[in-house]
Formats: sequence, C-alpha cells, structure tokens
Amino acid sequence: MPLAKSLIDEFAQIAGKDSVMTDEADLASYSYDAAVLEPVMPALVVRPKTLESLGRVTRLCNENGLPLTVRGAGTNLSGGVIPARELGVVVLTNALTRIVSINTEDLYAVVEPGVVTAKFAAAAAERGLFYPPDPGSQAVSTLGGNVAENAGGLRGLKYGVTKDYVMGLSFFDVDGQLVKTGGRTVKCVTGYNLAGLLVGSEGTLGVFGEIILKLVPPPAAAKAMMAVFDTMDAASQAVAAIIAAKIVPATLEIMDNFTIRTVEDFSHAGLPTGAQALLLIEVDGHAAMVAEDADKVETICKRQGASSIKVAKDAAERNKVWEARRAALSALARVAPTTVLEDATVPRSQIPAMMRALLDIAAKYSLTIGTFGHAGDGNLHPTILTDKRDHAAWKKVEAAIDEIFYAALKLGGTLSGEHGIGLAKSRWLEKETSRGTILYSKKIKAALDPKSILNPGKIIGA
Amino acid sequence: MADLRRLARMLGEIDDQLVSCMRCGMCQAVCPVFGDTGREADVARGKIALLSQLGSEMIRDPHQVKERLERCLLCGSCAAACPSGVPVVDIFLRARAILTAYIGLSPAKKLIFRGLLARPGLFDRLLSLAPAMQGLFTREVDAAAGTSCARFQSSLIGDRHFKTLAAKPLHELAAPRDEPAGASGKRVALFTGCVVDKVFPQVGQASLAALSRAGAGVYLPGGQACCGIPALSSGDTRTFRKLVLANLELYADKPFDALVTACATCTATIKHVWPDMAADLFNEGERAAIAALAAKTTDICAYLTDVLGVTPVATQDSAATVTYHDPCHLKKSLGIANQPRDLIRANKNLRLVEMSEADVCCGCGGSFNLAHYEISKHIGQRKIANIRATGAQIAATACPACMLQIADMASQSGGGIQVKHAVELYAQGLTE
Repeated sequence: MPLAKSLIDEFAQIAGKDSVMTDEADLASYSYDAAVLEPVMPALVVRPKTLESLGRVTRLCNENGLPLTVRGAGTNLSGGVIPARELGVVVLTNALTRIVSINTEDLYAVVEPGVVTAKFAAAAAERGLFYPPDPGSQAVSTLGGNVAENAGGLRGLKYGVTKDYVMGLSFFDVDGQLVKTGGRTVKCVTGYNLAGLLVGSEGTLGVFGEIILKLVPPPAAAKAMMAVFDTMDAASQAVAAIIAAKIVPATLEIMDNFTIRTVEDFSHAGLPTGAQALLLIEVDGHAAMVAEDADKVETICKRQGASSIKVAKDAAERNKVWEARRAALSALARVAPTTVLEDATVPRSQIPAMMRALLDIAAKYSLTIGTFGHAGDGNLHPTILTDKRDHAAWKKVEAAIDEIFYAALKLGGTLSGEHGIGLAKSRWLEKETSRGTILYSKKIKAALDPKSILNPGKIIGA
Repeated sequence: MADLRRLARMLGEIDDQLVSCMRCGMCQAVCPVFGDTGREADVARGKIALLSQLGSEMIRDPHQVKERLERCLLCGSCAAACPSGVPVVDIFLRARAILTAYIGLSPAKKLIFRGLLARPGLFDRLLSLAPAMQGLFTREVDAAAGTSCARFQSSLIGDRHFKTLAAKPLHELAAPRDEPAGASGKRVALFTGCVVDKVFPQVGQASLAALSRAGAGVYLPGGQACCGIPALSSGDTRTFRKLVLANLELYADKPFDALVTACATCTATIKHVWPDMAADLFNEGERAAIAALAAKTTDICAYLTDVLGVTPVATQDSAATVTYHDPCHLKKSLGIANQPRDLIRANKNLRLVEMSEADVCCGCGGSFNLAHYEISKHIGQRKIANIRATGAQIAATACPACMLQIADMASQSGGGIQVKHAVELYAQGLTE
C-alpha cells in the first residue's frame, strides 16, 4: 500500500524535496542489508540533512504510525536495517556526517551519526589520538550504526568494544523530543544511564543525534607475530596461557585449517597449508613492554607446541601478518555464491570445544564451514559457504545455524558477539536469556514506543 | 506481465554473477558517484541488488533500473576493491546490453552509434569538417589547458570548458605505416583511439616518436575503428560487434609483438572487455582472434618502460613540476601505475610530485559526463583541488578521456595548468 501523497509532501517539507525517495528502484535499493535474508520494500526513504529535521521526521512517523528504520551504511549482518513489511520508512543518516569537535585536552569527540568509522579514526589519528573499535566494515560503517549495534572488531580483547567509548549521546524519542544522556566528563552519574540502554538497542528505542565518543592516546609501539599449530587444542591452550601470563594482546586472532588453505589458494602468501590452526598476535604499548611481551608470547607459544613462530621484524612484515587475516573473509567468500557469516561467541576457554562442535556440525550436514575470528575474546566467525538458490542446501544451512547457536549456548556462550540480534536471531533470544527478560524488554519497548514504530520486529520480535 | 518474465529470463543469464555479491557494501568506500550522492542505487551493491530484484520480478519497472544502471562511471573502483571479487564492470556491461535489447536504444544513440560510429570512414569525413566551424560557436578560455567554452547559451555544452577538435586528426598528420622491426627487434602495432585521433593527435605523434626512438618498428593501419566501448556501455552490442570486427580485420593475424594504445580505456577495453563479451557475441574463430589480440595488448607507457627499457634519469634543478593522475582503466583494470610515472621521470626536465588521492577517479566516465555533468563535475572538482594542492604546473595522466575532464576542471578553476599525457612529456624530453 503506497503512502498518501499529502503525507509524502509533509516529509518533503521537513527534509527537502531532493531528500525524499519514492521511485520503485530507489525503494528497492533500501530493502536489504548484508544479512542473507529476504528483502522487504519500504514505502518511503528519507535522507535528512540536519539533526533538527531528523527529529521532525521521527515525530511525523510516530504521528502517522509509520514504522521507522534508521540506516547508516547498511552493512548489518542480522537484518537490523531491513524495513517493516507495511508502510516502512527508511531514514538515512549518511547526510549527517559532521565531526562536530575533537577535543585533544579532554580526549573526546562529538560526532553526528552518519560519520564513517574509519574516517573518524583517521581524523582522531591526525590529532594524535586513537579510536580503537575497528569492526570489519569500518571503511564504510557509520558510528551511529556502530553504537546501535555495539560493534566490536579485532581489538576487543584489550581495548573493548563500541560501548566502552560512548561517553554520552543525544537521541530523539518517538515524539521528536531530544533526550540527553552522559556527557563530556569521565565521571557522570546524572540520571538514568540511558546511554547504556541505547547502546546496542538496534534502533528500537530512539533515534541518535550527536554522539560523544572517548578517545585514548595511541600505543607508542606494536609487534605482530604468527604462530603455527598442528592441533586446534594446542592453539587454544596457547591463547589461554598468554592471558594467564597476564599479557593482554591488542589482537589475538585464530584461523582454522580450511580458512588457512583457502587464504593461501587466494593470496599465495606462503601460509602453512598443513597447519590445523594459526594464531595471529599483536602486542602494543610502550616499546620496552612490547619487546618483553613479544618475547613472552613467543616462549609461551613454543611451550604450547607451536611448530613455528614468526615475529614481524618491520612494518612490511607486520603488514604481511595482517594481510593474511584481512584476506580471510575475501578468500572464503569466493568459494561459493552465498557466504553466511556467523558470530557465535564462547568463553575463550571453550574455543577448542566450540571448534570441535563446528567440525561436527559441518560433517553432519555436509556443509563447508571455514572458521576464523577473535580467539582472544572467544568471538568466532564460522562462515558457511553455500548457494542460497539451492533449496535443499539452504534447509541444511538453516538447521546448521540452529545447531551452532545451541552449541554456543551450551558452552556458556552467546548468540552474537558483535553482529547483533536483528531479525535473524530474535527467536533465539529467550533461549540465551529467559522469558522474564523478553517480557521486561517488551515492557520497556511498549512504554517508550507505544505504537511500536522504532525498528519493529528487531531483537525482541514483533 | 509475460513480457517482464522474458526480461527476467534474459537477466537469468547473468544470475551466477549477480549472486556472487554478498551485499557487504564495501564498494561504498570507493565509488566516486556514491561519494557525491550518498544514494544506494548509485553504488555497485545497489545496482546489483536492483538487477537481482528485476530478475525475480520483485520490481517491475525496467526503465528505472536502466536509468540507475547508467549512473555509473564504469571506472571499476568497486571491482578492484571488492572482497568477493564480483566482476562488476562485466555485469554492468551485460546488464546494459540486456536492458537495451529489451527497451531499445534511444533515437539519438541509434543515430550516433549505428549511423556514425559504426562507419569509421563516414565518422572521420564528417568530423574533418568540424574543426573549421567550431570557432563560430566557441571561444578559447584557457591557453594552458587548451580549452574553450560556448560563445552563447547551449544546452549541450552548458558551462563546460572543453577541448575542441584538433585542426587535423592524427590519421591526417601521420601516414599509415608498416615498418619492419627496429633496432630493439620489436614490431609494435599502434591503436590510436578516437579521442587521441580527433582531439589529442599530439599524443599519437608522441607515441610514434617514442616508439621510434626506442627502436621499435611501427604498424599503423589507416581506417581504424573505435574500440567499441561507447556503444557497448550504452548497451548497443550490434555496433560494438561491428567495430570489433572492423578492428580485427586490421590487426588480427598481423605479425607484431604487441598492440599498444595511449588510451587507458581503449587498452582495458581490448584487453578485458573484448574477451569478456566474446562468449556472447562472437563465433569461435573470432573469439580466438580476440583472445590472441587481447594477450598482446598493452599500454604505451608500460611497453616503453617494461619492454623497450626506458628508465628514469636524474632530474635537473630547473625542472618543472608535474603531478600524475592514475586513470581508473589503467591502475584498477590493468594494474599499471608505476610505468607512466617512470616515463615522466625519464624526462630530466621534469620533477614528479605525488598528489593525494592520485588513483581516485576524475569523474569523466565517457558518456557519463554528457548525461550527468553535475555529478561528474563535483568528482572532478575534488581531483583538480588535489592537483592544485601540489603546486605542479603540469597535470599528467595516461588516458585522453581523463585529459578532457582534467582540462575542463583546470580551466574552470582558474586555468594555468597544462594537461599532458605521460608519453607526450617523455617525447618532449627527447627533443629538448
């Protein structure tokens, strides 16, 4: 059902005529995100150019009961920006790209929600500061999307994830009222910690305005290395031993044998294709500490049975280590038409058990699964390679995804480390939490958004 | 809608390619058009999704999809950065052909492509009359870039500062030739390309001079046809096929070591687009000839440095500064980036300084510039700002299409910057 022309005109009055899209082709291009899910056509797409008009668009949606889905770069892997089935309005933030300020004395920045993560990190670096969260999509992802999904990345183990950098934010409620929470100070206990509630709320509780992000001094030095293991267990034990030795690497990544072989086929980087597991490790900090930590990590890996370990001697070698990791998804994605990237996460001591479970699941459903991920924080990316056009195969993939979730939960883990619940995993949420959790969440949602217009259907279901 | 089902079946032919896009959206980081508009339908992921949805009849208006598909520079930045290796340019050329076959070619394009471009002799004769007349309609605005603008309001020219046609095209300035191998032992076929022939014949002359100095014998046939990319990018496979066959007539089965061009777009077209389209449009014998020719095709700068041994020399103190723009079809399609720079460094009177974003598209995109001048101009303005920031007096590149765009942008932003092809700068050094 199309929207009334008079209503479309109202949106155009608020946001500008050139910021409202109603053509079939334009609507269709906002019907999907990066998740392997069915597209849903919105009824309208609006691209506000000011925060003020963003607030008024939100209010107008609520007045007319139109479900509103905020979209940044559309890289979501759980269907978080797929619009509602009836009368969905997609609101784009990619015209709200101002870095309002970067404060080098108090170490924070104020940004609009459409600022691209990597561009922001680069702007901070230009002023000698460091914004650590580095989700895989950082070259295009927006900070608003990162906050809405509580995005992670490779540096989670030592530096934390997006929530650890949100000092405060302003957001519009469904009436278009501006709500402010947190601030520019390290300490701030004024009122409810609404920022804590809004981070990771996937657009279901409010529409972000300005975001205040913490910045930190960059590490002075870094050292990368690659350790080769004959068994997954040995690699996993090395991970545990490194942490037990009170070393916190900035990055501690793992790749399984299938991923190693696929990356090697693709990039001919000279990876050991016979290895069952690779650990890619980087320690950073003060130069003396980095040297000491690197030595210790090397010793630990050897003690845990690493068949070889290569420490990068210079920037070029360091780059080579990370090229192998960066190539993982690219290489896997080329194997088959459809790439399903999961992010089941377990306590890191359970990585060997989770890896075994993934192998069993792949064998049971005769599927190809390559696994890589953030070993340091237990966040694995089992990647299923298939062809969604093959219905029989796709049924098996769906069953396998169910079992992956089961396995992660059984090991004390979680459905999603960093990709979000969205549409894809909402029916699983009660299994991880409790009936009470869902009811409590639904009460909050109903109180703050009585007409359920804010990204309905995500996280807690319809 | 039985008719839409027919279109869906036609699109089914490229479904295997369409499905290789995993919708990650990384193309948003590099697409020059998306960078200007921020619209999903302007970026590769959006266009591929639209084609999939048209194929599954989720959307029903092929005209809208065709219009979105044409808002693309075909620069290949997305394909070069694509994590899953989607052959984006290949998909878009095929899709444009399918949609054009379904919807039909516009009357203006039919006249230009089938009436003119497909008949090289007529095209040349008609344009040979133009240089004498163009002064009536245009006036010079920037001597350094060699641009002109409209003398009076013209909807076609708009506010462009464009390069006028050369007084004489290369095919009148340089006689056809079929020389034996030179001192280097190499025999090289030169493919001129329309823009070099008709707008920048001096680039063709410089290519001939450079090849001759490097000891290569040259095969330069008369009656060359366009490489076909303007027709193909408008979905006109019939004209494309005709032009490829006309060129095969001149070049296939001739004994030369390499086919070189000074046009990055022509090089990429012959080397990649001809073979990519061969399966659909050509018979087995023609496919073999195309494959053989494509294998021998390369860029003039790459051939001079990689094969004929031109190397950089020490720069003199009085050297003029020059900065180099990477044509998309050279760097992203063919991986050629160092060679044109080395060729410039082989002229002792030039000092090369790098601009930032040297490999970001200039925004020309051939007919994209005609259809979407505002977007093209925004992208070009960023390019010229990067060029001006270097303080260089000369903006060099290695594609005549980029030269057209950079000359327009240089001239509109105050002029005073010379726009040159790398091979021109090298050849200048040979006579200085």
